[in-house]
Amino acid sequence: MKKEYPAEVQARFEAAVAKYPHKKAATLTCLWIAQETDGHVTLEAMEYIADLLEIPVTHIYAVVGFYSMYTTKPLGKYHIQVCHTLSCELMGAEGIIDHLKQRLGINVGETTPDGLFTLSGVECLASCGTAPMCQINRAYYENLTPEIVDQILDQLRKEATVHA
Amino acid sequence: MPELTTKILSNYFGVDKAWTYDFYVGHGGYETAKKVLSSMEPDAVTEEVKTSGLRGRGGAGFPTGLKWSFLAKPEGKPRYLCINADESEPGTFKDRQIMEWDPHMLIEGMIISSFALGVHTAFVYIRGEFHLPEVHLSQAVEECYAKGVLGKDVLGTGYALDIVVHRGAGAYICGEETALLESLEGKRGYPRLKPPFPAVEGLFGCPTIINNVESIANIPWILANGGEAYKGFGTEKSPGTRLYCVSGHVNRPGVYEAELGIPLMTLINEHAGGVRGGKKLKAVIPGGSSTPVLTPEQCADLTLCYEGVAAAGSMLGSGGVIVMDEDTDMVKVLVNLLRFYSHESCGQCSPCREGTGWLYKTMKNLLYGKGEAGELAKIEDIASNMENRTVCPLAAAATMPTRSYLKHFRLEFEAYLKQMELAGQR
Repeated sequence: MKKEYPAEVQARFEAAVAKYPHKKAATLTCLWIAQETDGHVTLEAMEYIADLLEIPVTHIYAVVGFYSMYTTKPLGKYHIQVCHTLSCELMGAEGIIDHLKQRLGINVGETTPDGLFTLSGVECLASCGTAPMCQINRAYYENLTPEIVDQILDQLRKEATVHA
Repeated sequence: MPELTTKILSNYFGVDKAWTYDFYVGHGGYETAKKVLSSMEPDAVTEEVKTSGLRGRGGAGFPTGLKWSFLAKPEGKPRYLCINADESEPGTFKDRQIMEWDPHMLIEGMIISSFALGVHTAFVYIRGEFHLPEVHLSQAVEECYAKGVLGKDVLGTGYALDIVVHRGAGAYICGEETALLESLEGKRGYPRLKPPFPAVEGLFGCPTIINNVESIANIPWILANGGEAYKGFGTEKSPGTRLYCVSGHVNRPGVYEAELGIPLMTLINEHAGGVRGGKKLKAVIPGGSSTPVLTPEQCADLTLCYEGVAAAGSMLGSGGVIVMDEDTDMVKVLVNLLRFYSHESCGQCSPCREGTGWLYKTMKNLLYGKGEAGELAKIEDIASNMENRTVCPLAAAATMPTRSYLKHFRLEFEAYLKQMELAGQR
């Protein structure tokens, strides 16, 4: 069935297309809108964008597969992405990841059964001066220690209960 | 020590509300752009940038004014300016500071640069992970439209300019300029063969100039004070200041603006507070993870300018200085970097796609005691089969550091091999 988006989301798609001299150039921006709206990039969304931009849907699949930030699978409410490239590793990223694995009871690449947290290891987030660090959804959390990680997890759990 | 007070770019880093239009204009912002657009010829702007000797701050260090002079100007085709804000070279975190704290400085630089180039649509390609920088930059662009700084009549001069902020989606390779163009066109970030160079055939097949954020942030100062004044900073071949990013085992990691030509050890010991915990220095990566690593002996007299670092066999690169203390395991460091390059290879050229993965696997085996004798020779062999056989420099960005670790810290690699042999005999 053809995907339908609410009027305000449709308006965002149209504004994205209008930004560029060629429709295809709006591919990345449209995928962001779809992911933000649906939580992940669905097949239906890819077909919708292909229609909108008048390009083959295979092109959209290729783009989604290429970029690390698009996901075709649902993630936890909070996506914890710990940077593990050199500066962060020198400053203890491995220990932060181990601590998170233990506190969340999951491995890297997994989501907690309550659907709250997904844990990932990612490459350099350009925050090397405040290492070790992680990105949770879009926000950066820097100069991490196990204690700070615990505080962040508590805070997010509280936030999730309030909004539940 | 005058270096600590030399500031062109970082005057308002850390200052609350410095990213707003009111703050920027309150501190003399957009005066230079107004003066340039109403009283100068475009080519004279390019000449001034040439005079300044400004060299690209993304990594390659190509003279900015000279790059601009290569822009083709055919009739009936638009030209584009693309700002490379895909900052993703490990150890580099400076462009982010400019966009977070002083995005209007970048926008004013883009206005002046676009005028010089005859560009009416300019793009900022910002990496997908950046949130605060994107928010501040996008807000700044919106403010500019509302205040008549951007749009059909820039600052009342009749010049038209649109700025589009384009968000990437996670791919190191998109910092390579032609991959960036592909990505802006809505495709996978596969680098293009050159020629044609972007200055002739770039974005949407039109002449395009791609400049780094820090390069363009220098432009308002250069036009306000003159190219000659800019040359008063730095060295003859590397004029100006730079935002050095210091990370790793130092007491005060961070971004420090200093003149080009500052001694590396001054940056590490005085600006960044020296090696953490009173430990001894073991190694320094001078310009982002793709540049060859240096030993303390090489660092002792090293000056941070393009020619100074090149003379030591490495590169000034993106200004990302990564400091490692005496406890650092260099085999582990190389494994970490090779994982990065194998993850980030775009997969277009087989020598790079296969080679980076093979290098990573081989070194990882060595680290975990699963390697074989002759492993180090194999590494060099793989590296030789990757270099100069690919469309873009990512393969070399993996092999150059690899060779440098093997050369300068060979004993450590051999010790891992020795351990394996001993384990095998037991």
